[in-house]
Amino acid sequence: MIYREAGQFHATYAEDQRIFPIRQDRVAFAGILFIAFVLVPLIGNDYWFGAILIPFLILSLAALGLNILTGYAGQLSLGSAAFMAVGAFAAYNLMLRVPHLPLLASFFLAGLVTAAVGLVFGLPSLRIKGFYLAVTTLAAQFIIEWALTKFGWFSNYNPSGVISAQKMVILGYRFESPVRRYLLTLALVSLLALAAKNLVRSRVGRAWMAVRDMDVAAEVIGIPMLETKLLAFAVSSFYCGVAGALWAFAYLGTVEPQAFDLTRSFQILFMIIIGGLGSVLGSFLGAAFIVLLPIFLNVAAHSLFSGGVSQSLASNLELMVFGALIIFFLAVEPLGLARLWQTGKEKLRLWPFPH
Amino acid sequence: MRNRIRISGLSVSAGLAGLVLGLALAAPALGQNEQFIPMPSYRVGPYAAGGTGTFGGFIDYLDMLNKRDGGINGVKLTWEECETEYKNDRGVECYERLKNKGPTGAAMFNFLSTGITYAVIERATADKIPVVSIGYGRTDASDGRVFPYVFPLVTNYWSQNTAKIKFIGMKSGGMDKLKGKKIINLYHGSAYGKETIPVLDLQAKKYGFTVTHLEVPHPGNEQESQWLQIRQAKPDWVILRGWGVMNPVALKTAAKVGYPRDHIVGVWWSGAEEDVEPAGDAAKGFISAAFHPSGTNFPVLQDVKKYVYSGGHKGNLEDMNRFGKMYYNRGIIHGILNTEAIRTAQAKFGKKPLTGEQVRWGLENLNIDEKRLKELGAFGLLQPIKVSCMDHEGGGAVKFQQWDGKKWNLITDWIKSDQTIVRPMIEESAAAYAKEKGITPRDCSKE
Amino acid sequence: MDWSFFFEVLIGGLLAGIMYSLVALGFVLIYKASGVFNFAQGAMVFFAALIFVSLFEKGWGLAGAAAATLGVMVVLAFFVERVVLRPLVNQPPIALFMATIGLAFLIEGFAQGILGAQVHGLDIGIADVPVQIGGINISKFDLFAAGVAALLVAMLAFFFSKTRIGRALRAVADDHQAALAVGIPLEQIWVVVWTASGFVALVAGILWGSRTGVQFSLTFTALKALPVLILGGFTSIPGAIVGGLIVGASEKLAEVYLGPHIGSGLENWFPYALATLFLLVRPEGLFGEKRIERV
Repeated sequence: MIYREAGQFHATYAEDQRIFPIRQDRVAFAGILFIAFVLVPLIGNDYWFGAILIPFLILSLAALGLNILTGYAGQLSLGSAAFMAVGAFAAYNLMLRVPHLPLLASFFLAGLVTAAVGLVFGLPSLRIKGFYLAVTTLAAQFIIEWALTKFGWFSNYNPSGVISAQKMVILGYRFESPVRRYLLTLALVSLLALAAKNLVRSRVGRAWMAVRDMDVAAEVIGIPMLETKLLAFAVSSFYCGVAGALWAFAYLGTVEPQAFDLTRSFQILFMIIIGGLGSVLGSFLGAAFIVLLPIFLNVAAHSLFSGGVSQSLASNLELMVFGALIIFFLAVEPLGLARLWQTGKEKLRLWPFPH
Repeated sequence: MRNRIRISGLSVSAGLAGLVLGLALAAPALGQNEQFIPMPSYRVGPYAAGGTGTFGGFIDYLDMLNKRDGGINGVKLTWEECETEYKNDRGVECYERLKNKGPTGAAMFNFLSTGITYAVIERATADKIPVVSIGYGRTDASDGRVFPYVFPLVTNYWSQNTAKIKFIGMKSGGMDKLKGKKIINLYHGSAYGKETIPVLDLQAKKYGFTVTHLEVPHPGNEQESQWLQIRQAKPDWVILRGWGVMNPVALKTAAKVGYPRDHIVGVWWSGAEEDVEPAGDAAKGFISAAFHPSGTNFPVLQDVKKYVYSGGHKGNLEDMNRFGKMYYNRGIIHGILNTEAIRTAQAKFGKKPLTGEQVRWGLENLNIDEKRLKELGAFGLLQPIKVSCMDHEGGGAVKFQQWDGKKWNLITDWIKSDQTIVRPMIEESAAAYAKEKGITPRDCSKE
Repeated sequence: MDWSFFFEVLIGGLLAGIMYSLVALGFVLIYKASGVFNFAQGAMVFFAALIFVSLFEKGWGLAGAAAATLGVMVVLAFFVERVVLRPLVNQPPIALFMATIGLAFLIEGFAQGILGAQVHGLDIGIADVPVQIGGINISKFDLFAAGVAALLVAMLAFFFSKTRIGRALRAVADDHQAALAVGIPLEQIWVVVWTASGFVALVAGILWGSRTGVQFSLTFTALKALPVLILGGFTSIPGAIVGGLIVGASEKLAEVYLGPHIGSGLENWFPYALATLFLLVRPEGLFGEKRIERV
């Protein structure tokens, strides 16, 4: 009833090509942006900013990067955490060694460095396909982790190999408090998400999807394999690199290479699978599921069971419930939460009619 | 049918979100005359044995104080656990969740994880809540001028390392006999493992021994190549800087290549029963450093047994066999140090719930001498501690113990660290951090 | 060039590789029959080892504990088939992969929740001491493990080629729909496969558990199996063995001979780098079939 398109006509090409062609969608999204940018900073507290929203946003960005590579271009990658590490360490070293480098420029350059690294490790994709490609990305994961720990130059010869990110200052405006860090992260993530959405709607994105669906046919109709696949790796690594830089600067402040280990790579992969491969919204939903659900389970367990059940049992129960929920949601919708959302929207368009 | 499943899926997720949101916002009511101590524990995952043991001891000690003394000077102690799974981001989340609980906020944080401690230092300093890291954490935080809110109490890794070299020197017949000896440092491939490389290199130069560093990639399930190399090199001593599964595997592999275990000296994170028991007979003779012994014949442990575990009460441990073992006693030490700091602070600020800032003062002025240790019933369990603005470590001595197949036996008394080596390194590292972050070190003489 | 040392490292590496192969076998079994990459294999190894050692410590004896654990793995197989595989039949493999991840969390939480977080030592009576064979030290335990692996492979080979169920399994691995068409009961087959994989997990768990102690890090043995699978192919049992041998040997040799020059600790990534180079030459793996893509 409320979600009808009746009466909305597209009179220009621009209107036709909008990301949100239906007015209700535009209004809803504007509402979400308003809540995110205006309401949440006003009513939120340190906990929500510092521990929930910032990691959620940063990991959504990394998931977005991996989704571009795996969901849209079909190249399975298990090295996303390593690229985050490259971004973090690159941003740190750039800020350290290049005097007067603006913060955003260092993030951008760190992303470019990561893109270059991603390009190198993406070269085997021209010959190796499918699950075997995960091997090379695993090689990337372990080699990068090893190199960052082994060569002291990367961490400025800190005895533990840990880097302490510099303070974030843009044009004299300091981004230290949780609210400001949240707003900066939100701004960057929104911008990059918009870029990603437009990228996947463009010719490049369609080329990626063609490669994903059937690369031989894609090559036959003239899509260049080399450029397309490498571009996917580069863009994906750029996103992961910026996410890594944000992780170090806006979230934890101090970072060691182990923060970006194989477990984190798997975590990001899980996010896009649960969220929905090949979907920008899916990256966000998956990140919310994987990052926030365990925390909510922990809080819920405390409120429900405090004192009644031994803490060890409660913690293990949380893990079990988390696993069970993954299986449940996959049984409900194997294509991910984004698909579930899409189905919900379609039902909403017909509501209250069943069909 | 599919649709019904879909709709049930949607409603389940909506219901979950609503339920948990409601729970998250609802805060349990806490009494007013209570001191809140957060417990960011880990009870799942590969390090769960350490987490359950240490936090078990910590909670039991607080429980005992409540039951025996009614708290600290009448202020009851409360705590809440938060599962970190030993992960840095979960640790940060637990920090943010628990830091404002209680009438005056969290007293201090003990994470039992170096990674989480590193990640939280800046926030905690900004929030004015002390972070205590007993026997782990950021070593250069021993310089309290740069790290006013971080307390790596008892002993840090560099101090321990110098004490270890002293022990090896002792066993070799004197520090001058170290010249020409070969030592191999087998370390876990992580930030923790790498931390003692510089201090070993420094001591190698000073005393004339050669040190080779061999890395065992995490997690260390398999150490064949490393130990074959060790067998080739035939060092006089091997320092085992292990963590978790790396420890029993190291000992078993050492037995396999025939390297004598009584020439392997481990750090205290290789020195719990859980680290050596899986290696069975291969672990016999292995020596490890310890900043506290195991055992139950300390009056404080008897008190815990009496007040917490008898009369139908249940303590935090599920398996009573773990009572008195290394991890449990580490937890008791945590309890003693943290509560004594609160007590010290109460002497200055009044017998009421204190803020993190006030507890920080208590930590910085912590002074537990032998007399006080006897009163606490922990003489021999804990070394005398004296913290100051300059020195947030406060102790710096270790004992050494040897595994006989059934238990740890102490083979030395307290061996002090060599602060002439350690302190300059700490100050250098802290100064570098201060420069990077733009912190002006405090002037201790003015406080 | 110290040749006896070289052979020691080589043989030690080969035998270490056998241990990896044991874990990889579980993956291969399940992938062969259901096309699922079972991320929960590591958790299954841990779970089986934990049950086994808990019973063993209570005095049940090797055979009794093993039999009882196998019983539990059968129950697990039924549970997995009913709860994970049946709702997700015909779904893309990536969804099934994700479901096994959920299963891994479930099993890990269940294992440590019910049986505790304690570390258990496991002594099955074979000491890990070296025997001298031809001037080289080889561990007794390693030889025992190699023997067990050989026996297991022989058993599985017999099972697959000579028994009816084995043939049905191969049919299912080839084409689910065709197998259904000739009347092979898919659900039963999957239970059998997961049980077999559970059995392999138990064996791997006992052997690894004797070496490292039964603790949570047993789940990480699955990670070491990945390069083995990649080199040997996901569907080949001899491939898993050969892959394991190659990974084990190359890993140790690289660590000992390259490590001092490039930096120690390269054991972690060397197998993957090796696998990458290998795949560049032969993209379908050692034992995999050459894929013919149809447009």
